[in-house]
Amino acid sequence: MKPPPFSYHDPRSVADAVGLLTSLDNAKLLAGGQSLMPMLNMRYVLPDHVIDLNRVEGLSTITPRDGVLEIGAMTRQRDIEFSDVVGERCPLMAEAIRQVGHRQTRNRGTLGGSLCHLDPAAELVSVAAALDATVTVTGKSGTREIAFADFPIAYMTPAIEPDELLTAATFPCWPRGHGYGFVEFARRHGDFAIVSAAVLIEEDKTGKVTRASVTLGGMGPAPVRASEVERALIGEVIEEKRLRDICETLRKLDAIEDIHAPASYRQQLATVLPRRALIKAHERIAQGARA
Amino acid sequence: MSETRQIAVTVNGTRYEETVPVRVTLADFLRHQLGLTGTHLGCEHGVCGACTILLDGRSARSCLMLAVQADGHDILTVEGIAPDAETLHPLQEAFRDNHGLQCGFCTPGILTTLIEFLRDNPDPTEEEVRIGISGNLCRCTGYQNIVIAALDAAKRLRAEGKTP
Repeated sequence: MKPPPFSYHDPRSVADAVGLLTSLDNAKLLAGGQSLMPMLNMRYVLPDHVIDLNRVEGLSTITPRDGVLEIGAMTRQRDIEFSDVVGERCPLMAEAIRQVGHRQTRNRGTLGGSLCHLDPAAELVSVAAALDATVTVTGKSGTREIAFADFPIAYMTPAIEPDELLTAATFPCWPRGHGYGFVEFARRHGDFAIVSAAVLIEEDKTGKVTRASVTLGGMGPAPVRASEVERALIGEVIEEKRLRDICETLRKLDAIEDIHAPASYRQQLATVLPRRALIKAHERIAQGARA
Repeated sequence: MSETRQIAVTVNGTRYEETVPVRVTLADFLRHQLGLTGTHLGCEHGVCGACTILLDGRSARSCLMLAVQADGHDILTVEGIAPDAETLHPLQEAFRDNHGLQCGFCTPGILTTLIEFLRDNPDPTEEEVRIGISGNLCRCTGYQNIVIAALDAAKRLRAEGKTP
């Protein structure tokens, strides 16, 4: 089994990559290759040109700035997993990334590749939605930023023009001491989730929730923010029974149906996984307060 | 139709300068062009882990890389694990002694994966071993003896004061 014939390009700069994207027809960008290479091997995609980003300089960076973490598109998932600064500033991402594929795929797979491939059940896609990330894309008319909420325009289709490439994503960090939890259900470790829940909460001194972010992955064509639940949580004290009532409303979310699970099964998971993630987040706040 | 490139790679300590078609995967290059057939191909789409090699010391699926991408890099395959033709690596000894393989098809990928894993985590728990090899499929053993062999290898390496 081998990929179909194509011309291979390995630019050294973002400008050269954009130049190639602008001048070549039917070109595909190759990042970590953990999704594109299988698709080439199985000939789901037949590009005339493959533009390999692995030799582009300056895209493998993890930069903490004031209140945000900027991560270059070609940063390997493995480097995110083992980054102290990610663990400190974006612990939700650190927890989620350990559930992305396996060691061998995380060594090659990149942040930018995951975000652009945009599998609706991909862990990093859910994390970007949960944290209200911003992605930076560069094309022939310059650089622009896209709020992650506007990034998926259809199933596995990002809002990137044909001459543009994603260079970085910026993740707003929640204050120290916040609670977080990433919980997914998959048949085997390393598989894409059937449904995942990514949650973040802040609590006041009396334990009442003051801010909440709840994201479900795997339900529809893109991760969904459960904004009704986020609002309902404000002022509540996290407690199992109350959470059951609040999360029960998630059963009415639209869900896809596929070989892995019927819609009703996903809707059931949508009521269970956020509750587990919220309890985890709450317990982490309590542990932090005791520590 | 068949665009080619000149590449220079180091495989198991030997430097090769070769011309490769750009669409050839690293796995096919190792097997067909260099004759290193120890790297096995199971699924050829990144699921089974049989083709795992170390690229600059990090495990990677060689079916999910193009040979041209390996230009300038250092590769270790299962053929490069043993110190010489007469001696097994402690990890290989542990697999032999604990019956950590049956048909042996998945073994090259499991060994290369464990070389990296035991280097990073010389004293793993059983659960950590199971997560470490979760990207490798074995259809014979049920994994039990692979896990036992990996833990035994870790013990042998620690006793000898060696890193894999």
